[in-house]
Amino acid sequence: MSPVSKSILLSLMLTFIAPSLSLADEVVNLYSARKEQLIKPLLDRFSEQTGIKVNLVTGKADALLQRLQSEGRNTPADMLITTDAGRLHRAKAAGVTQAVESKVLRDVVPESFRDPDSHWYGLSLRARPILYVKGKVDPSRLSTYEALIDPDWDNRICIRSSGNIYNQSLVASMIAANGAEATETWAKAFVKQFARPPKGGDRDQIKAAAAGLCDIAIANTYYLAGMLTSKDQAQRDAAAKMAVFWPNQQGRGAHVNVSGAALTKAAKNRKNAVKLLEFLVNRDSQAWYAEANGEYPVRTDVEPNELLKEWGDFKMDRLNLAQLGLLNPDALRMMDRAGWK
Amino acid sequence: MRPTASRFPWPHLSIRLNGWSVTVLSLALLLAVPVIVVLSYLFEPAGEVWRHLADTVLRDYVINSLLLMVGVAIGVLLLGVSTAWLTSMCQFPGRSVFEWALLLPMAIPAYIIAYTYTGLFDFAGPVQTMIREWTGWGYGDYWFPEIRSIEGAALMLALVLYPYVYLLSRAAFLGQSICVLDVSRTLGNGPWRTFFSVALPLARPAIVAGLSLALMETLADYGTVQYFGVSTFTTGIFRTWYGLNNAAAAAQLSAMLLLVVFALIILEKISRKQARYHHTSQRHQALTRFELNARQSVMAFLICSGALFFGFILPAGQLLWWALTTAEENLDSRFLNLITHTIVLAGTASLLALMLALLLGYGKRQQKSWSTLFAVRLAGMGYAIPGTVIAIGVMIPFAAFDNALDSWAREQFGWSTGLLLSGTLIALVFAYLVRFLAVSLQTVEAGLGKIRPTMDEVARSLGTGSGEIVRRVHIPMLKGSLLTALLLVFVDVLKELPATLILRPFNYNTLAVRAYELASDERLADASYAALTIVAVGILPVILLSRTITRSRHAKSA
Amino acid sequence: MPNQLEVRHASVRYGRQVVVDDVSFELESGVIGCLLGPSGCGKTSLLRAIAGFEPLVHGEILLHGRQVSRPGHTLAPEKRRVGMVFQDFALYPHLTVGENVVFGLRGISGKSQRQRVGELLVLVGLSGLEDKYPHQLSGGQQQRIALIRAMAPRPEILLLDEPFSGLDVELREQLAGEVRAILKREGVTAILVTHDQLEAFALADIIGVLGSGRLRQWDSGYHIYHRPADRFVAEFVGQGAMIPGRVLAGGRIESALGTMSADFKQQHQAGDSVELLLRPDDIIHDDESDFKLKIVGKVFQGAEYLYTLSLDDGTELLCLVQSHHDHAVGERIGVRLAVDHVVAFPG
Repeated sequence: MSPVSKSILLSLMLTFIAPSLSLADEVVNLYSARKEQLIKPLLDRFSEQTGIKVNLVTGKADALLQRLQSEGRNTPADMLITTDAGRLHRAKAAGVTQAVESKVLRDVVPESFRDPDSHWYGLSLRARPILYVKGKVDPSRLSTYEALIDPDWDNRICIRSSGNIYNQSLVASMIAANGAEATETWAKAFVKQFARPPKGGDRDQIKAAAAGLCDIAIANTYYLAGMLTSKDQAQRDAAAKMAVFWPNQQGRGAHVNVSGAALTKAAKNRKNAVKLLEFLVNRDSQAWYAEANGEYPVRTDVEPNELLKEWGDFKMDRLNLAQLGLLNPDALRMMDRAGWK
Repeated sequence: MRPTASRFPWPHLSIRLNGWSVTVLSLALLLAVPVIVVLSYLFEPAGEVWRHLADTVLRDYVINSLLLMVGVAIGVLLLGVSTAWLTSMCQFPGRSVFEWALLLPMAIPAYIIAYTYTGLFDFAGPVQTMIREWTGWGYGDYWFPEIRSIEGAALMLALVLYPYVYLLSRAAFLGQSICVLDVSRTLGNGPWRTFFSVALPLARPAIVAGLSLALMETLADYGTVQYFGVSTFTTGIFRTWYGLNNAAAAAQLSAMLLLVVFALIILEKISRKQARYHHTSQRHQALTRFELNARQSVMAFLICSGALFFGFILPAGQLLWWALTTAEENLDSRFLNLITHTIVLAGTASLLALMLALLLGYGKRQQKSWSTLFAVRLAGMGYAIPGTVIAIGVMIPFAAFDNALDSWAREQFGWSTGLLLSGTLIALVFAYLVRFLAVSLQTVEAGLGKIRPTMDEVARSLGTGSGEIVRRVHIPMLKGSLLTALLLVFVDVLKELPATLILRPFNYNTLAVRAYELASDERLADASYAALTIVAVGILPVILLSRTITRSRHAKSA
Repeated sequence: MPNQLEVRHASVRYGRQVVVDDVSFELESGVIGCLLGPSGCGKTSLLRAIAGFEPLVHGEILLHGRQVSRPGHTLAPEKRRVGMVFQDFALYPHLTVGENVVFGLRGISGKSQRQRVGELLVLVGLSGLEDKYPHQLSGGQQQRIALIRAMAPRPEILLLDEPFSGLDVELREQLAGEVRAILKREGVTAILVTHDQLEAFALADIIGVLGSGRLRQWDSGYHIYHRPADRFVAEFVGQGAMIPGRVLAGGRIESALGTMSADFKQQHQAGDSVELLLRPDDIIHDDESDFKLKIVGKVFQGAEYLYTLSLDDGTELLCLVQSHHDHAVGERIGVRLAVDHVVAFPG
């Protein structure tokens, strides 16, 4: 074999056997359900400041959790990031996370946005308000999620499928607030209000409403923010037709979920992982979430960005988010029974 | 060809443990591990979840999956067979371009074509918006086909899957003895009658083989149906596994899916068997194509360009438009890395799949016992199983193996081996092999079928050993099939998403992962660069593939 | 000097089914043998056992004095120096005629190879086709290429498995003669497997008739026809009729056709009833003869008529008559026996 093909073979073999080994001493290994483009810039900044290299695998939360579970005590992952509290709770219940006692974290992350046993901490807030088409809907007639079954909104609502975690969380939060029976009755009535069978993502609901298919869309705020700052004229135009209504302000508050993080039980780079966790809740990072992705900071002492401020302050549902995880299967079955596709 | 084999009855129903059957059985079992792991969940009680599923959604899963299969079957047959016939048997302007170009839709992942069509034809998309602007109509004032529906999903899948049928039926048409077609023509049948009464029945096994590939892909599809909000078995499996947090019920749904796959495989086998009787004449002459008149030429042109336009030009054009106008993507060294990663993975997986397919195909040829036949079937099962399910089936046993080894090493030497295989590319490539082996296996088996047993025996009686037979007889005769197998798997891996997403190592992304991450964040336009690059990387093998088939015509068996 | 091929008590089994049962024969160098029998008689299995494709469960096979097969040991086909021609020819489609022919030639220079190909092509009258591909040849040409491909490495023995069955009838007869000439010219030892007796007679020096896995007779064509070893051979080879007879004291036999001497196929005593084999050419039409038989059927065969004649007791006989003796069905014609020595089977 020629030396050239030998070295090619060798490098190929190395590619296959040792891709996860890093030569840098200071590392932290991260499984993230946040998409690469929504986390990588922060991680790069962390590496710059601390010299700690961050190795990243992204994927769906459930799959990453499955991977953690099957890898057990030998998992290379030090930290798991998800975009919903229910999944964090599930990770904790599966026994793959560990508690982190950190004064920094305890001080800046409000109680309802972290695990009572300190297994996970919220990093950013994602609110799911009611969006309506300006001029077609009188916002004074809107009040709560529950009131969306009012005959007023018959055939006027766009919302994505029940397979989506945001809807599952929303319904779970309603079960926590109103009880299972009342929520099931509501879900059955709510499905009848849909202007079309659920399809597409949150942006699609906004586009459909803007195009006149329906008047109300349920979507997370950062999708609206993303559309407003899009390079695509059509998206900007569509988003501009929409306004945000914060529901349940007289009661428990609008539904929010968190993206959050937990240390794995088997973390080998625990110190670095805690450093990263603390880094992710520092002021700069928190501001970045809002700036880059239109999410709300989890810290109360960091202002959301200009765009988010325009939509006004709102009262958040302070339900401890671990509940969302507990009630998730119930919520999904309820939606199945209600015929929510 | 005479069924010589019938005169030498092989000992059925007896296990002969020689080198071949041991190799084949152990390889097949290894490849079946993920499926077995998933199936092992069958024995965990799923509790009342089944009752819930049966009461609520199961009916939808079954009906939608069936409807989808029927829709895709109709679509791929219409598109695939008609274009294959036109390009192989008729002469019309543009034919030589269509010959290879009709394979291009293969390079487009189904979920990507779904994104582009939604972008174009959805209620809020430019086409309908334009209609509303021109007419002043609003929602409900006019009818427009709903792209995100089960019909739409079937159309999307048919548009990118028809090349399987095209590929295989074209090879069959080209391989047909010209005599039978000549006979039909001397009996006064025109191209159309000849097609329906002679060519189509003769090509049926090949068409069914292509169809079964397309249907298995359909069953395994998750991206398209999920995006279109169509509840099928695949989406149901995920809802049950993750949403209801019930792995057992999800595995039981997967098992039901496997039953359908078994049925498809049997269907395919049955029609393959008949192929033996189909080659009546051993002689082939240069093919003379039907000359079409002006009107027929226009029709032929429209049919072929329609398939090409809707399956490739339109979606690729939309991607290009997005890439040029609205996408935000840095084409830096990181993006270059995505390309190298993707090519290295696809290249490695397709080579390994080819080697495995050869081993299994030979094993089956050498040792036609029921055990090897079963083993080879088993090894090809992964094709219809959704990538995520396979990924989980790979992850669990690999991690269990690593952890067991680690525990042992700690006990024996007080030293930890950590995870050796989990989280490496080995696990990922293994998953690809499980998922796509069926593709190379089918192609290689078809190729091996052309090498009659007597050809080996002549070689041996002329003093040629096994190794030399492979080198001097098999490889030259199989060349076309081997290349086809290689390229098909390459393109499949290029497009593969779910298994890659779950099993890849740290800091290792591929084009499909990038496209998905952006698209699932509802940034379709931003995903266009990665999507377009997948298509670009896929085009070359697709064109090579087409040339292989055209060439194989010239070296037809005597 | 040992015989080229010796088969001793060879048995071949597929699963539990015995397909070749205790077969023994020998073949001298330069002789063309033939295994003749109906389909399923085990002749191809025997040939494949000689080639080394099937193992023996009993007995042994020797090639040129060297043991190549015994139970538990089968020398691989590629190590036996046997040439084989299959009924589907199995020419390699990816190789030219020349490349096909030199396939089994190894260890000799390209020049010698070309020379050998040239020779062989001349031998079969196909010079100049070196660069054609198999699919460009006719069936008969393909057959001859398959033959010289097998002969090219000068094998110890050439095995031909129904080599003419893929061809049409006229071609078959013509080729059988040609192939015999070619084999004889090259002095090749060969075994042909066929179910066609004319092919066997045309090609072989010695013929083995197989039935139900057993070798019934290993003999010249003449003897197989006129002196069949058993009723199976008698019935499988050639046409003829069986008529009843009775053994007289002194071993002669009496029948409706008179008294004659016979080859007995078993112990006999005076008074035993037997059946006599009469070939069509054993009975000659003779207008002078007083012995008249009624014609019940006739078939025109060109130079001859094949008449079916009926004895008074209804027994039928076959008789070949030159075709200018055209008699009508129903007519009675005079015949006489051309043999006074017939084969008698137990009745």
